[in-house]
Amino acid sequence: MKLPIYLDNHATTPVDPRVFAAMTPYFTDLFGNAASRNHSFGWAAEDAVEKARKQIGDLIGATSKEIVFTSGATESNNLAIKGVAQMYAEKGNHIITQATEHKATLDTCKHLEKEGFKVTYLPVQTNGLIDLDQLRAAITDKTILISIMYANNEIGVVQPVAEIGKLAKSRGVLFHTDAVQAAGKIPVDVIKDGIDLLSLSAHKMYGPKGVGALYVRRRNPRVQLTAQIDGGGHERGMRSGTLNVPGIVGLGKACELAKAEMAEETKKLSYLRDKLKDRLLAELDECYINGTMEHRLPNNLNISFAYVEGESLLMGINDVAVSSGSACTSATLEPSYVLKALGAGDDLAHSSIRFGIGRFNTEEEVDYVAAKVIDVVKKLRELSPLYEMHKEGIDLTKFQWTVH
Amino acid sequence: MYSEKVIDHYNNPRNVGSMDKNDPNVGTGMVGAPECGDVMKLQVKVDPVTHVIEDAKFKTFGCGSAIASSSLATEWLRGKTVEEALEIKNTDIVTELSLPPVKIHCSVLAEDAIRAAITDYKKKAGL
Repeated sequence: MKLPIYLDNHATTPVDPRVFAAMTPYFTDLFGNAASRNHSFGWAAEDAVEKARKQIGDLIGATSKEIVFTSGATESNNLAIKGVAQMYAEKGNHIITQATEHKATLDTCKHLEKEGFKVTYLPVQTNGLIDLDQLRAAITDKTILISIMYANNEIGVVQPVAEIGKLAKSRGVLFHTDAVQAAGKIPVDVIKDGIDLLSLSAHKMYGPKGVGALYVRRRNPRVQLTAQIDGGGHERGMRSGTLNVPGIVGLGKACELAKAEMAEETKKLSYLRDKLKDRLLAELDECYINGTMEHRLPNNLNISFAYVEGESLLMGINDVAVSSGSACTSATLEPSYVLKALGAGDDLAHSSIRFGIGRFNTEEEVDYVAAKVIDVVKKLRELSPLYEMHKEGIDLTKFQWTVH
Repeated sequence: MYSEKVIDHYNNPRNVGSMDKNDPNVGTGMVGAPECGDVMKLQVKVDPVTHVIEDAKFKTFGCGSAIASSSLATEWLRGKTVEEALEIKNTDIVTELSLPPVKIHCSVLAEDAIRAAITDYKKKAGL
């Protein structure tokens, strides 16, 4: 077993060697521009891009023509939301999203608010899921778009996407979903789920960074977008710019592998995840799982270790790469807005760790991480005045703190 | 990201523990709040005749720098009189531990904890 152990697969994933092998010829021998229509270099590149389009479409139940290549999911979200808002501005000016979206969606919506659009940010329930009745009630005759993520990047909860799609369709509203964490991990089908626009990214599913795609429905209804990048009119005019052929080949291959291996991989990931969860819960008291376990990605575990501060926990497990909901090291001292949206107190948000298990993790690694986390949490609780007070039966929520 | 001294205090915290807060010779300071991500409890046991700090203990909920700041504070407090203890400045802690700007609040909290503990002792002792 090699240290450090990478258990932060929601942030990014390593490129699968099979993906890398598929990409390499397109850097050197097959370097053509997919838009060059009059020689074999261009044709080879175009063939590769069209193959990738099909591989991506097959993963999500779409046709090749509905795939628009982008630089990644942030751009896909920008293109989907701004593109719809601008294209359908005459129809309405209202967008519905929710509190635990990725910043790529939230900040795009905030940008549109400055341009005069109205945005509803739905709250989530304590399990991390939106309330469909609240969504139904939020739709007005001015609503043009609902943007709700498929699976959350911090807590891994899977939203009731098919129900949202059905509701959107019944009210004539377009439905965009950020499926960055879900695509390639759990079955996603744009037809069954009633999705009109879907963002995905290669580097979250063992493909390269810097490439992603936006699915744009072509029939029933035919979705139109206002381009955000002007130029040569590539990608049916929706996204200009010379295509990143090696990256696109990698994204295509990553999608093909994910589809072929999903059933088996899900079994392995959920086994490892549950083993980690069960060991932590068996040996440590006062641990809280953030978000529902029932509707959740198979590789995600997000736990708050009460009375232990997240950053100090990360420092103790410094040979394990995970992520903390506490952002004490960054410019802001704010804990995770996702955990706060669930109604977790700030103290529990500061105490959380996100584990993201991936294709290349082994059982030995997971066992090592479990033992290490248990050891460090116990040590830090020895140090924690809050744990001591809890043991003395003091209600920390009623205690008079000197907030500084 | 962390200095060697911070890592050393984190791995081998000095003087971890609690003393009886009802002891008339023990001063207790508790500063910070869980929702801010750090809480420090610092206690001093003072010789009632000489006012010299005989023992100091801490418990801290917070990042590695917060743990190190309070651990260091207990080391510095031992052997000082209560008046000398009040001269410890957060900037001394910053320098000793090479804290980066984003971690200066940890040293401020440690200074606050020292003051709170000494104040509590003085109140008990009628000083």
